[in-house]
Amino acid sequence: MATLFGSGIKRREDPRLLTGRGTYTDDVKLPGMLYAAFVRSPFAHARVRSVETKRAKKVAGVVAVYTGQDTKDRVNPVPCAWNVPNCDLRTPPHPLLAYEKVRYVGDAVAMVVAESRAAARDGVDLVDVDYEPLDAVVNPEKATGKEAPQLHADVPGNVAFTWKVSGGDPAKTFAEAAVKVELRLLQPRLQPTALEPRAAVATWNDAMGQLTLWVTSQNPHIHRFLCSVMLKVPEHKIRVVAPDVGGGFGSKIPGYADEALVCFAAMDLKRPVKWTEDRSENYKVTIHGRDHVEYVELCGTKDGTITGLRTRVYAGLGAYASTAAPGIPTILHGLMYSGPYTIPNIEGTVYGVYTTTTPVDAYRGAGRPEATYLIERLVEVYARKIKMDPVVVRRKNLIPKDKFPYTVATGITYDSGDYQGALDKALGMLDYKAFRAEQAKARKQGRYLGVGVTTYCEICGLGPSQVAGAVGFGGGLYDSAVVRVYPTGVVRVYIGGKPHGQGEETTFAQIVADEFGIPIENIEIVAGDTEATPQGWGTYGSRTTAVGGPAVKLAADRVKEKAKKLAAHLLEASEADLEWKDGKFVVRGSPDQAKTFGDLALMANVAWNMPPGVEPGLEASAFYDPSNFVFPFGTHICTVEVDVETGRVKILRYIAVDDCGPQINPMLVEGQVHGGVVQGLGEALQEIAVYDEDGQLLTGTMMDYAVPRASQMPKIETASTVTPSPVNPLGVKGIGETGTIASVPTVVNAVCDALAPLGITHIDKPLTPATVWAAIQQAKGGAR
Amino acid sequence: MTQTITLNVNGQALKAQAEPRTLLVHMLRDELNLTGTQVGCDTSQCGACTVLLDGRAVKSCSVLAVQAEGHKITTIEGLARDGTLHPVQQAFWEKHGLQCGFCTPGFVMTTVELLRDNPDPTEDEIRHALEGNVCRCTGYQNIVAAVRSAASALRGSRRPGAAVSGG
Ligand code: FES
Ligand code: FES
Repeated sequence: MATLFGSGIKRREDPRLLTGRGTYTDDVKLPGMLYAAFVRSPFAHARVRSVETKRAKKVAGVVAVYTGQDTKDRVNPVPCAWNVPNCDLRTPPHPLLAYEKVRYVGDAVAMVVAESRAAARDGVDLVDVDYEPLDAVVNPEKATGKEAPQLHADVPGNVAFTWKVSGGDPAKTFAEAAVKVELRLLQPRLQPTALEPRAAVATWNDAMGQLTLWVTSQNPHIHRFLCSVMLKVPEHKIRVVAPDVGGGFGSKIPGYADEALVCFAAMDLKRPVKWTEDRSENYKVTIHGRDHVEYVELCGTKDGTITGLRTRVYAGLGAYASTAAPGIPTILHGLMYSGPYTIPNIEGTVYGVYTTTTPVDAYRGAGRPEATYLIERLVEVYARKIKMDPVVVRRKNLIPKDKFPYTVATGITYDSGDYQGALDKALGMLDYKAFRAEQAKARKQGRYLGVGVTTYCEICGLGPSQVAGAVGFGGGLYDSAVVRVYPTGVVRVYIGGKPHGQGEETTFAQIVADEFGIPIENIEIVAGDTEATPQGWGTYGSRTTAVGGPAVKLAADRVKEKAKKLAAHLLEASEADLEWKDGKFVVRGSPDQAKTFGDLALMANVAWNMPPGVEPGLEASAFYDPSNFVFPFGTHICTVEVDVETGRVKILRYIAVDDCGPQINPMLVEGQVHGGVVQGLGEALQEIAVYDEDGQLLTGTMMDYAVPRASQMPKIETASTVTPSPVNPLGVKGIGETGTIASVPTVVNAVCDALAPLGITHIDKPLTPATVWAAIQQAKGGAR
Repeated sequence: MTQTITLNVNGQALKAQAEPRTLLVHMLRDELNLTGTQVGCDTSQCGACTVLLDGRAVKSCSVLAVQAEGHKITTIEGLARDGTLHPVQQAFWEKHGLQCGFCTPGFVMTTVELLRDNPDPTEDEIRHALEGNVCRCTGYQNIVAAVRSAASALRGSRRPGAAVSGG
């Protein structure tokens, strides 16, 4: 039987989604269901003097109105779950409903519950809140200044933490370096924009004291735990179901106040309650990403050897520390400062800073795009300063293929890599030399062509649980699977992750079909319901294939071991004499002495004739905890033409060569790369969340926030190299975030390369025509 | 104050109740349980709510339910016939034109209209036609490939004598 591992079969989740018969959270409808809506602060920072609910309660259809005063003693604040150690982290409480102060536009002050969505809205309009406005501060660097307003009483200077990383002797290296370059980089705030807004439907079984929550979640087990903390309901009395989820990109990892409040209302009113965000509500209250102000330096020799890298980063956290927020600009960012290079001396300081803005947390790439961007921009500027080709500089500093596992100066160990291999492949696809010649010719004609290259590696497949504990992550990072074989030989696989577009209903079934030699139609992958699935840690950090995949494989192995024992017993042969062939255990040398997987499934389940000491049934579980993270890598190249009259950037070609190890389904891998690259192109070229000085979000609807559209995006040329990871039994690495990580510096490098003749070394993203045009004007003015 | 509307949805004549302020998308989702049509924004930008109204693609979040009075609506649920996917759905499946699937009904409906007006669109024409639909997952490349593939399948089925499939 041909193996399915490695084959680009069509997705099994698609037929229901293509016919409109998926079930997303807002599709869930329960008898007697009420609707919640929230009264949210229009001020970025204000004292709440009073909240008057009388008029709202009189609206026809309004069933209840809750304020912070009503709820504060009955629920706990939203917890922060990544308590990064050794950085003096302060995570002041984030009440579910604000009662003393609001700290960002969108902070909830009251919840209205009504018989219809419209009545709930009508009620919201009639809640009278008396605010005393306070000063706002939206820039994380400014927020640390003396004059900045203080958000939280016990967080002086709004500094939530000061985190440091260092390796080698950076002070001496920089003091003695022949060449130094430095940059101030802005990595603006982004709005994740999963196309499905968040939603929650909760119901309370009063007789059983049991809560069921359907919610837009990437990690239902984590949501169960967070709800348990916020609602003071024991974990075994909570069932969390994440049905079909319409994209996440990190924004559906955290625990949110509104989702917990929907549960609270269901418990209090003893009726089901539903709430679904509007897009404009989503933009105000669902987490944002990035938001760094960075001062970065790199030093090296005159002939292109990089010797040191230093950073000082102000990372905006927004008003409160969201679930994973402290770990993003530290563990997932600062520890990756070496990138794919051998940089012996590294020092980084990251300030996590509270500002009167929407909380910031993991957004596709989460910390690694910010690291890759600063490294790749520095390398480019360094190469230009020493007048070397940036590709030559990169090649000179890449960690050589034969040096893995390789421990970088920040202390982490990369599992595997062939960075030069990916670079060579990408350069070949472009014909780099030919492009440089074309560029030189174009320049003579007054046209501005540029090429940007990024060699990257990233950390994903999060990760060993022991490391999670050591870095303060409030959970494990193993994953799990239960493989259950039914009497008729069909199989259900329950997994701890929660895919929401990545396609594991297909790829995990491919693994199991190969293992058992059965048709893929005989396998169902079940995810997202804590009532059915084993404890797992969810889908983020490109971990589900790399951590959940091996769990599926191990559980299937265990089932097969038991099946083999049974086969040996039934065939009266020793296990050693059996071989697995074409979906059967066969006695070596006697091909008609065989038991199919189906035969064994039946016998194990009816248990009429089991080997002595072997229990009935055919199922197994596995909890797989990896020994290390995995480190996918690759090279992306982009060529652009910049119209210097308008500042418009046209992408000529975009080439992505990525290495995620062996690919279970290459078609899905390619899809992840396309999506990731386009999300990065959005970041590089057009996306930015803008606050005014008063803390009003100016990009609060889809009219203002520039999500990429089909007509704006280029065709992406993909290719791969295959370097298996030694970390897990499948050799696989994550691919969900590489595109976003690599593409941002690739495009910015290309544009800066195009504009090099004008003396432009750096332009802050997003490279909108207006921004590029302004940079060109400034450069021309400066030249005069 | 609700009002009774008579309309035809996916080939079925029916009556539904709606307030004057009810949007077509909410009537479809809440009253008629046709939850395949999605809501991705509140400013008519995302196209997740696209349905066909008398064969034209419209954003059902921008149409009042009462405006559908007497009209023919086709939603994503009405596209497949007798368990066979519409060629546009089939092409999205084959070309991996969806990931989370939330945008998909809207893209499929928009594509059905596009290919009726322009049976052999160029890549640029496709990207332009899809401008009113947002997908955050796929990067559009496989959606474009799916539209091209659907176009060629539909052209094949439109040869004289071949059956034209629905929508
Ligand atoms: S919901 Fe209609 S366009 Fe977004
Ligand atoms: S597939 Fe997720 S938004 Fe398009």
